[in-house]
Amino acid sequence: MHEQVIFPLILFLVIIFGIGIWANKHVRSSNSFLQEYFLGGREMGGFILAMTMIATYGSASSFIGGPGVAYNKGLGWVLLAMAQLPAGYFVLMILGKKFAIIARRYQAITLIDFLRERYKSHVIVIFSAISIIVFLFSAMMAQWVGGARLIESLTGLNYTAALFIFAISVLAYVIIGGFRAVALTDMVQGTIMVIGTVILLIGTIVAGGGIENIMAALVAENPNLISPFGAEGELTPLYVSTFWILIGVGVVGLPQIAVRAMSYKDSKSMHLAIIIGTIAIGTIMFGMHLIGVLARPVMPGIEIGDKVMPLLTLKVLPPFLAGIVLAAPMAATMSTVNALLMLVSSTVVKDIYLNYVKPTASDTEIKRASFIVTTVIGLAVVIFALNPPDLLIWLNLFAFGGLEAVFIWSVVLGLYWKKANKYGAIASMITGMTLYIVIDRFYPSVFGMHTVTIPILTSFLVFVIVSLLTAHKFKDEKLFI
Amino acid sequence: MKDQRFKIAHKEALIGIGLVIINFAIWYGFAYGLGSGDPTEYKYVFGFPAWFFYSCIVGTVFMIVLVWVVMKLFFTDVSFDDEEVDK
Repeated sequence: MHEQVIFPLILFLVIIFGIGIWANKHVRSSNSFLQEYFLGGREMGGFILAMTMIATYGSASSFIGGPGVAYNKGLGWVLLAMAQLPAGYFVLMILGKKFAIIARRYQAITLIDFLRERYKSHVIVIFSAISIIVFLFSAMMAQWVGGARLIESLTGLNYTAALFIFAISVLAYVIIGGFRAVALTDMVQGTIMVIGTVILLIGTIVAGGGIENIMAALVAENPNLISPFGAEGELTPLYVSTFWILIGVGVVGLPQIAVRAMSYKDSKSMHLAIIIGTIAIGTIMFGMHLIGVLARPVMPGIEIGDKVMPLLTLKVLPPFLAGIVLAAPMAATMSTVNALLMLVSSTVVKDIYLNYVKPTASDTEIKRASFIVTTVIGLAVVIFALNPPDLLIWLNLFAFGGLEAVFIWSVVLGLYWKKANKYGAIASMITGMTLYIVIDRFYPSVFGMHTVTIPILTSFLVFVIVSLLTAHKFKDEKLFI
Repeated sequence: MKDQRFKIAHKEALIGIGLVIINFAIWYGFAYGLGSGDPTEYKYVFGFPAWFFYSCIVGTVFMIVLVWVVMKLFFTDVSFDDEEVDK
């Protein structure tokens, strides 16, 4: 590996590290530790909000896995990836001002705080907390493995060494700096993701001799590569359309995304973030997946999809630029991992420890607990990532769609529907999760749709029916919504 | 007390749903409307197959512009703190 490639990567780690130390000053001087450590004091402006949203959302799969699939399936996969555009505007518009106002009114620090105040149910708090801890812990491990593999392939270090470099750089700034460090590093990481995408897209088009040449080469190999139906005609319109639920509108139900919708400063920040977020997510998703397709004539015959993006970068760009572009998947992985770590830690500290173990904990105790919990979870992930257990790999498969199915209706209907009550919420959460696992295991792509479709639709119906049937129990309840 | 800010919030959430529907219609309509024929007989725009150019490139740019216009014209600034509103 060329030194010039490594240099931007190291520079990137140094900057990230510096941000953590700077954010730690805020953590130490804040008079509301919980709000500062887990929400950054609700001070995010528009640009940071947009970047932390897209950086948390965009993970290794947007930069490594996705382009690899596009390489094999053609333009149809770019079409599918564009279902992610709504993630840039829809989440902030739907949760929107109402969520921001109510979260402040309830003084909510976590998503579960909101659910607890809205539904007043211990079952919901505990079920939500367990889902978040179990599924996001396994998701974190998977990202951690991905990050280590990436460093391994870029530097030639062995897996264990690569894992420790990755883990230490992430853990250091997250533990000492909290949410503020996560959001600020996300800003740097998100920016690198956008810039890296643009550089590589241009480099690839030039290396391929222009779009017309590349398209002609694709048609010569297999005309289906430029159709919306995939190389083998396997991408049906119905199947591709259901991805709008999984990676577009359903993103509202992801706790790591939703928590960001209560951490911004004011409505101006939100308006700005919607515009910037849509531009950024459009650029990244369009660019990276199109790059995967264009790579095919430029570098034919790559058998492992995950290698397309790194190999292409090293081939079409000069070493220094390649280093910047390869920092993008690193940034994407880190920015996803740090959000998950913060979220799992806040769930343990705020939703379990402060609700059920020690409600009277003093500020010093909370502080100590937060640092300890974040550290222990972080180290536990590293230990599991050394030799990933099958159970966690299995659980990770449900982390994304499963969590959406659990949370989306409890959050959205809880915000907008006065008749939404705890029985409806519990029934819909359990239905969503159970159906997701059952369908995924036994009937994948049932009726030609993505697994997520039926659990989300059914849990909606269950929520509404159960809430209406039990409505008489809640006649006198006063609600804030 | 009816919180006026919630009226605004509800309107904006509906706008969000409207935008997704428009987004989906453009994406789906151009992709499968223009792309369903034989790939060897596709028309091209700026080197890209026409379905791809309109669905994924023009559609995305159009949505970004639309989102920007909607933000400027229909989204209202409100305060998030209850105290300031009560005053």
